[in-house]
Amino acid sequence: MSKNEETFVVGADGLDTDREQMIGQHIGYRYDVNLVPDLKFITPFLQKYIEKMGWKDLNWLEDIHMGYEGDQAAVFDRNINGWVTIPDNIKLPNNQQERDMIARELLVKFQMSENHPMVDLNNAYRKF
Amino acid sequence: MAELRKETSQEMGLHDEQLKGRTQKKFFSIDESENLTYFHSFDVDTSKSATIDALDMTPREINREIRELMEKGIGDITVDNPMSRHGVGVGILNRLNLTFSDSLGYFGCGLIDGPNVHIKGRVGWSCAENMMAGTVVIDKNAGSTFGAAIRGGDLVCKGSVGARTGIDQKGGTIIVGGKTGAFSGFMMQRGRMIVLGDAGMNLGDSMYDGTIYVGGEVEELGVDCVQADMTELDVRYLTEKLALYGMKTPRGVEKMQKHVSGKMLWNYANLEPNEKKLIL
Repeated sequence: MSKNEETFVVGADGLDTDREQMIGQHIGYRYDVNLVPDLKFITPFLQKYIEKMGWKDLNWLEDIHMGYEGDQAAVFDRNINGWVTIPDNIKLPNNQQERDMIARELLVKFQMSENHPMVDLNNAYRKF
Repeated sequence: MAELRKETSQEMGLHDEQLKGRTQKKFFSIDESENLTYFHSFDVDTSKSATIDALDMTPREINREIRELMEKGIGDITVDNPMSRHGVGVGILNRLNLTFSDSLGYFGCGLIDGPNVHIKGRVGWSCAENMMAGTVVIDKNAGSTFGAAIRGGDLVCKGSVGARTGIDQKGGTIIVGGKTGAFSGFMMQRGRMIVLGDAGMNLGDSMYDGTIYVGGEVEELGVDCVQADMTELDVRYLTEKLALYGMKTPRGVEKMQKHVSGKMLWNYANLEPNEKKLIL
């Protein structure tokens, strides 16, 4: 990740805030959770997804942002309570709104995949 | 104290799973599929519709009937005569168009992930509690703890709502066409609340994050809830969002007040007692 991208993701203060030093780890969700989405950056895949679901905007994906885990850009998956890292071959744009759209698309593809951990859980614990 | 014998625990089915450790590393290719719904969800067709007459049905029977219709591929379901029953329309983890022709009781449409629900009446306490995704639109008023602990989706009440709206909200958007009661946005952690009318006392009390927009008057702000500046993006977002549900604020979106967390309570547990006194 370039210095510019690092500054963009973690802010001008970098990773070493007092709080992070105290707890000894990076706080992965340091991005603006209140940033409202700009729909002009929506990707074709996301457009197809919201049409399939019968929605007119991003719905729950409004709360999805590109975060940071360890030394990699990542998106948080609430269904597994863990971070999904962004593949290295994806070049991230220098704009938070565009990065958020990439994070949303990746997350939807992961959640709808047959390799998602929820599929195993569903098979193991489904009652009816 | 009675001991749980090994044989008993085996009879209870507690030894079926293989424990393989906590860390999971799953791999998938971003190009592997273009699937747009959950892998285990029902494949429904929203052009196929059905109606349930719930007059003599229990809540459990209504919920089971909805599920069986989804299994048959029906994607547009209307429930007539819900008779304000509690706990109806819950746990739907599927895309679906669901309409209730009248009012619901407590905990209606809780724990849902995906459906578009329209309630042509009122709702009781805790409507759409823990909602994950989808839309819920209520034509009339709603009770207290409307959208408690909601995590995603749009929850819309075209009338007024009771106290503690969006308590412990963790995401999603709650829209209230009329007034909201005291302690709305209490312990809010994320998401957006849009109130077109007035807000009661202690708005956004102890909120950790998130945004509350109010179109009318705010009786009193809660601890650590502060006013913020509206941005051009806020105005555009609110205009588009309200237009989706045919709603307007009397004074215009630009005149709405925006409230966010003052973030004085962040890392609260690490503060010295004197610092806590300063905040409170």
